[in-house]
Amino acid sequence: MQEKTKQEIQEFPTAKLSVEHVYKDFKTKRGTVRALEDASLTINEGEFVCFVGPSGCGKSTLLNIIAGLEKPDQGKALIDGVPITGPGRDRMMMFQEHALFPWLDVIGNVMFGLKQKPNLNNKERLEVAKYYLYLVKMDKFAHANIHELSGGMRQRVALARSLAPNPKILLMDEPFSALDAMTREQLYGDIQDIWEKRRKTIVFVTHNVRESVCLGSRVILFSPHPGRVRKEFRVELPRPRNINNHDLADIAREITAELKGYQNAAESD
Amino acid sequence: MKRVITTVVFFALLIILWATLTGDLLRFGIGPEEPVWNPYVLPPPSVVGQYLWDNLINLKLLSAMGVTLQRLLIGYIIGLVLGVPLGMLAARFKCINDTLGVLALGLQALPSVCWVPLACIWFGQTEAALLFVVIMGTLWSVLLSTQNGMKNVPPIYARAARTMGSGPLHTLIFVTLPASAPFVVSGMKQGWAFAWRSLMAAEIYVSVVGGFGIGQYLHFGRELQRMYQVIGIMFIIILVGLLADKLLFSPVEAWLHRRWGTDKE
Repeated sequence: MQEKTKQEIQEFPTAKLSVEHVYKDFKTKRGTVRALEDASLTINEGEFVCFVGPSGCGKSTLLNIIAGLEKPDQGKALIDGVPITGPGRDRMMMFQEHALFPWLDVIGNVMFGLKQKPNLNNKERLEVAKYYLYLVKMDKFAHANIHELSGGMRQRVALARSLAPNPKILLMDEPFSALDAMTREQLYGDIQDIWEKRRKTIVFVTHNVRESVCLGSRVILFSPHPGRVRKEFRVELPRPRNINNHDLADIAREITAELKGYQNAAESD
Repeated sequence: MKRVITTVVFFALLIILWATLTGDLLRFGIGPEEPVWNPYVLPPPSVVGQYLWDNLINLKLLSAMGVTLQRLLIGYIIGLVLGVPLGMLAARFKCINDTLGVLALGLQALPSVCWVPLACIWFGQTEAALLFVVIMGTLWSVLLSTQNGMKNVPPIYARAARTMGSGPLHTLIFVTLPASAPFVVSGMKQGWAFAWRSLMAAEIYVSVVGGFGIGQYLHFGRELQRMYQVIGIMFIIILVGLLADKLLFSPVEAWLHRRWGTDKE
């Protein structure tokens, strides 16, 4: 392996994220919907944070704002104190659908983001790409076509693609929700393992409470109509966590009760 | 293999039927005494074959094919070079879609042979007139299918690319364009078929000083009542069309199907 490649993979950039009083409205045919109201939070370097809440609570909207794909109407989102103005290589995003490019093979997909990273030549990029495929256990499938992979394998490749440019922050928008339970459990293990190895700041959006407790060091609860940040839970369980663990289930139950409370309050309004 | 044999046997039977009805097999005692059709109405396969053989040997047909293919390629390539970017623009900008897009839709419905009278007035009996007709045949269908392809690209691809640091131009060239490749290629294929038809029609109408193409041979076959020439040329036209499909487009389509996983097997 080339010296530069080693250097590249041994770098662990990470960043602090802060969101200050963010408001976001969406105009629909039936009027304006307030997706986010006065959302504020801070996420530390290397923290694994989960956003959890029912649909319409603005968790994905906030993620998109952090990604730079959408702009807040009021307030701001900052990375290490610098306002976010658009998408950037310091933040990579993983989507619910794999969003892999079917015209490229597996390694071509992982190379896509890397190709836009300066200071590396193509040989080094290829080595970096192979390293990340190895990290997600997909190195044997480097030249497979996307449609030949199972759902879980596709999300692994998508993960490698997001990790390869070595972003400071990894944004994940319900990346496992379309997978079967078995595959998902395996990926919970893998993502925790990768988080410990790569020490990234991860923001993970989900509507699955157990999933959020299994993965997050901190779980942030959102309530809908209008979307608000309500409460946060610190999860101090040892890692790697198993989603079927009893203590984990207890915390999940507590969070679910809290979320139900918001919903009942919203309905009685 | 079995399917290939089926195809070959089918065509062999067709030719045998044709040979029987036109008196080609009389020397073997097969077929009616008097041919069902006179040779000047439907010449027997042997005469058509003889014509093709003679004119392939003396290179007349080959040079005519060269002239025709050159016209076809130039017109087709101009059509592509104009059609693909215009289609991309029409997909991207509403105002272009509402103007050029609608024009393209209208003109695509017009068989391009309808341009021949105008082309002859505008350009005279020249190569330019032929090119114009071919371009009119190619351009609109390529434009429309490129536009359609770009519109059908799932927006998530562009979002994913943007988060990986692609700018608008980079996204357009390296994401939206390849993502719409299946549509663009089928548009290119359709454009090729239209170009080929247009050129044949144009060559039959326009006799150019610049050189005799295949279509012009067909035209003179008609003028001279040589139906064997007309039929021979028709064979060549079919053959060129088939070969272009098999050699130019089939490999690309097969690759696309493999990559996208859209093949039926």
